[in-house]
Amino acid sequence: MKKTYHVNEKGYYGTFGGAYIPEMLYPNVEELRQQYLEIMYEDSFQKEFKQLLKDYVGRPSPLFYAERLSAKYNTKIYLKREDLNHTGAHKVNNTIGQILMAKRLGKTRIIAETGAGQHGVATATVCALMGMECIVYMGEIDIARQAPNVARMKMLGAEVRAAKSGSRTLKDATNEAIRDWISNPVDTHYIIGSVVGPHPYPDMVARFQAVISEEIEWQLQEKEGRSYPDHVIACVGGGSNAAGAFYQYLDDERVNLIAVEAAGKGIHSGESAATSALGEDGIIHGSRTLLMQTKDGQITEPYSISAGLDYPGVGPMHAHLYESKRAEFISITDDEAMTAGLELSQLEGIIPAIETSHALAVFDTRKFKEDDIVVLNLSGRGDKDLNTYIDYFKL
Amino acid sequence: MNRINQKLQEDKKLLSIYFTAGYPSLNDTAGVIEDLEKSGVDMIEIGLPFSDPLADGPTIQESSTKALENGMTSELLFEQIANIRETVSIPLIIMGYLNPMMQYGIEAFCSKCKEVGIDGLIIPDMPVDVYHEQYQAIFEKYGLLNVFLITPQTSEERIRFIDSISNGFIYMVSSAGTTGAKNSFGNAQETYFDRIGNMNLKNPQIVGFGISNHETFMQATKKAKGAIIGSAFIKHLTKNGTESIKEFVDMVLDK
Ligand SMILES: Cc1ncc(COP(=O)(O)O)c(C=O)c1O
Repeated sequence: MKKTYHVNEKGYYGTFGGAYIPEMLYPNVEELRQQYLEIMYEDSFQKEFKQLLKDYVGRPSPLFYAERLSAKYNTKIYLKREDLNHTGAHKVNNTIGQILMAKRLGKTRIIAETGAGQHGVATATVCALMGMECIVYMGEIDIARQAPNVARMKMLGAEVRAAKSGSRTLKDATNEAIRDWISNPVDTHYIIGSVVGPHPYPDMVARFQAVISEEIEWQLQEKEGRSYPDHVIACVGGGSNAAGAFYQYLDDERVNLIAVEAAGKGIHSGESAATSALGEDGIIHGSRTLLMQTKDGQITEPYSISAGLDYPGVGPMHAHLYESKRAEFISITDDEAMTAGLELSQLEGIIPAIETSHALAVFDTRKFKEDDIVVLNLSGRGDKDLNTYIDYFKL
Repeated sequence: MNRINQKLQEDKKLLSIYFTAGYPSLNDTAGVIEDLEKSGVDMIEIGLPFSDPLADGPTIQESSTKALENGMTSELLFEQIANIRETVSIPLIIMGYLNPMMQYGIEAFCSKCKEVGIDGLIIPDMPVDVYHEQYQAIFEKYGLLNVFLITPQTSEERIRFIDSISNGFIYMVSSAGTTGAKNSFGNAQETYFDRIGNMNLKNPQIVGFGISNHETFMQATKKAKGAIIGSAFIKHLTKNGTESIKEFVDMVLDK
């Protein structure tokens, strides 16, 4: 059998993945598992999905040759402009896909979790578009930190519910969303925001995000006369933008995959979100994967200046890419990321999301060959992060 | 014979109580177990606290958070109950999530359970197939019964499969929802209790989630072999401390 880094028929990537869920969730997850592929690849689904990605999201997103950045780092850098999508990041590719899935499953009520609010906004957006009830769980602490996104969700008609348990951040918002689903098993679909959670979520979300690398293939073919780059770089929180950018190249070993995690104040500072370096094999949110935890198996609270990378786990696909060494994992500190974000702004006129700035900082820590073709997934724009940039640089 | 199987043969409706180890105070664990037995409880579920208890409502979440703040760990639980079999003879079950047990090592955890006299485990986030394929042999080696959950949404086919791989009792979750106390059950629950009761399963069923007082205990055990109370007991501990455990049990049994 050909070696593959895709999910197997049981929902695992190597030893990672699966569906470690309470029995109360089994019917919901099983319904989805049995139907997601069939529904996704129906002609009518694909047609509607592609149409919305084009006319509503604004795809294809450009593949931009960053000339001045390339000159500075003496290599060929292309930026995949997910920041130009409607709502400002790659997240909407997944929420469009999942809202169409929810409709076909006959669901009328949507729940989601959010940390910084990006996935919450992307979910509230598609719910408004489809006229569906939308409830977004958000940690009480994050609600206080991310006021503009809370306001955007409300304006879009969503109800934002505070998660008041545990550490009152993203992982607890995810717990609350799961508990809501347990209590509302019939009419509700849970739109998870990344390639995390029980199977089939990691695979389903990766397939919706795969549009990123599908476009990179033909865009590179046009620009370089070949459909694959030498390196793809993406930041990893849960791992959805990276999964999308890697997807078409997972089994193409000519392509080096570079996953960038947030080191926070330094990997060993005690304030970090570098899951691959600090995590151990375990179970989080229904998935077997690497996660940050105490020796006793209690899940710990990560830290990063970027709220979107502040997740104690990582998707099972990435845990497998790490353990199998298929992908190179690099961790970037707050300071390195902020500097790289400012640099892109001034070299290319693009203010990136701080999550994305972590990916950009790789150029300062790792050398590429002059004729290497490097694609960096520019996962989001920096509007939401202006206050953080302003405070950091005292602008 | 495992103490759980022995207990299930008794000709009475069983009352099982859940509490969180290390709550309200770190070293209350063994004392609570002893007092529950003295008060006439038939079986105890010792909750191993977890930072992210997905299947639990606010009451048990809060007691878990507090227990962890108190310093509770798996290692400490085994120390606290190391000599529990000198004073307690009813079945003891550990209820906890899979991640802390994985970090301890599943086999080491099971071996330790046997050593201190634990009779069974309830692990809500352990999938049936993973148990069946990876852990069943280990559980059996250490004489531990594994208890699976079913809910009103579980299909008949799946209930029959779960029944076939269980050899103690089936934990019947009363309604769609997380753990939490309710004051009464409605028609939907009654129908569900009847439906399962009429399936003639080989394993007796014990109902949990939402039982809080004499009324709900009686409703739940009309067909089922017993009932489990968790949140309502935790609330009682929170309010009254560990001094009046017998009052709570008397209230449930209407003594
Ligand atoms: C712009 C941006 N990039 C990356 C991420 C991280 O998520 P993921 O790893 O799923 O792509 C987020 C999450 O909020 C984000 O908003």
